Amino acid sequence: MAQISNAKRGPAFYFLAAFFTLFVIFLYGPMLVIFLLSFQGSTGGLTFPMRGISTHWFNDLWTSSRYGDLGGAFRRSLVLGCLSMLITAIVCLFAGLAFRRRFWGSGPIFYLAIGSLVVPGILLGLGISQFFQLLGFKLNWWLSGLGAHLSWTMPFGLLIMFAVLNRFDASWEEAARDAGARSWQVLAYVTVPILFPGLIAVALFGFTLSYDEMPRSLLTVGGKNTLPIEISNMTTNVTTPALYAIGTLTSVVSFVVIALAFLAIAVIQKRRARARSGS
Amino acid sequence: MSDRSSAPGRLLTPYLQVAPLAFLMITMVGIPLLTVVLLSFWEFDGIAVYPAFTFDNYAEVLQSPVTLKLFLATLKYALITLVATVIIGFTCSYFLVFYVRDLRIQIALFLLCTIPFWTSNVIRMVSWIPFLGREGLFNSALIELGIIDHPLDILLYSDFAVVLTYIHLFTLFMIVPIFNSMAKINPNLIEAARDAGASPFQILRDIIIPLSKTGIALGSIFVVTLVMGDFFVVRVMSGGQSASVVSAMKNNIDQLYYPVASAMAVLLVIVVLLMVTAILRVVDIRSELAR
Repeated sequence: MAQISNAKRGPAFYFLAAFFTLFVIFLYGPMLVIFLLSFQGSTGGLTFPMRGISTHWFNDLWTSSRYGDLGGAFRRSLVLGCLSMLITAIVCLFAGLAFRRRFWGSGPIFYLAIGSLVVPGILLGLGISQFFQLLGFKLNWWLSGLGAHLSWTMPFGLLIMFAVLNRFDASWEEAARDAGARSWQVLAYVTVPILFPGLIAVALFGFTLSYDEMPRSLLTVGGKNTLPIEISNMTTNVTTPALYAIGTLTSVVSFVVIALAFLAIAVIQKRRARARSGS
Repeated sequence: MSDRSSAPGRLLTPYLQVAPLAFLMITMVGIPLLTVVLLSFWEFDGIAVYPAFTFDNYAEVLQSPVTLKLFLATLKYALITLVATVIIGFTCSYFLVFYVRDLRIQIALFLLCTIPFWTSNVIRMVSWIPFLGREGLFNSALIELGIIDHPLDILLYSDFAVVLTYIHLFTLFMIVPIFNSMAKINPNLIEAARDAGASPFQILRDIIIPLSKTGIALGSIFVVTLVMGDFFVVRVMSGGQSASVVSAMKNNIDQLYYPVASAMAVLLVIVVLLMVTAILRVVDIRSELAR
């Protein structure tokens, strides 16, 4: 590794380490505080002091009718997240493979994907909703909503596939083909297994980006809201720690998904390392 | 890839492979964007929208004195956030790449910076409320320390809160590309400079900053477009006191003034594209990425 200063750790190291630590506190501190405050006692408010410790506000989310259809919104967001994850992983796998060669139209498709990243989400939501209505389709969370989510997850998936395929040696495929494997066998037994950790990363982006998506969903989900929309409505209406309780719950879902993805990738890498040293 | 394009099926392969993505990009990005452009030329009589070709919507937006203010406010947010995120992102990446020796620790700390990306932006924004409110942690701490007698009102529901939230949400979009650029710098280059007697500052100025330009440019494009596309943070964290182009656009949409909203959107996209082009003028990202 390139080191700026020689073996001794000078004042620069300690200054930069302190700066980095402060940044990490800045990044995580507020989140940890609201996780703590979501266990506020039943008379507590949006800020410290804690008036006892309870799960009052979590219960409040389920029992009170003030918060709309949180359970339904949560279910819809999970379904959308899973659909986006599957579709993004599969579509981006094949698209990534295609982009290894130059083909007619590759430029425009790539720029559409980048354009989708750059354009304000609410604008694209407006466009999708108007396009659907011009066609005479009704707005539905599982159709226009899903499409809006895919417009957000696909570009990330595609860029990750580019990075993954950059390090992929096509001679493995060539060898399999020379050994008489048919196209689907090359794909199923060579390409996909080698690329699998990268595909998990694409899937992680597919799920989490969809699960937390708000601006594109707003105009495209029709009558039934997703969880981020319900939560963003709550930021203006709810002035109790229930807001933090729903924040804690949805963050727990995100962290579980992130941990599962990291774990899966780590297990695969370890197994590969073992196989390599064993042979 | 040395493919056997003599087989007729092989020529079609990339088209079949890319077809689902192409379909989704055309129906969910291309046509919707065209729809917005189209809509911006349609007629609106206060109740319904009619197909037409009129510049009235643009005239309305451009003649309104509010428009310029909105654009200037949005640009101000974007520039302040950009400067802060470049400084923080560069410093953190610089520390990770050049001062953390163990590669595993380096990757772990890098991931620590990126994990919030996979969690909810809305919640991360909300998490500033207990800090910034009148009875929040900052005010109590400042009063405790005797620095102020009365709680400051400008912390929450102000431009300060908006920019702070932007920095909190978007700095990781700067760290990831800058970290990538820095990690690609050949260690021998730095070794050679040090052997030739360069000070750490000279190495930073003459080697690391020039070679991190691609990362800084990519991060800047992300941050500028994210800030300029936001309506939610500015609405909630300013308590409705400030507005940006997109938050004004959102108000128009809520009132069903779709053509006017579309005209504003088209103007905004033109401004954003100009800014992205300006960044690309300074740094040729495509040739740098191919390195």
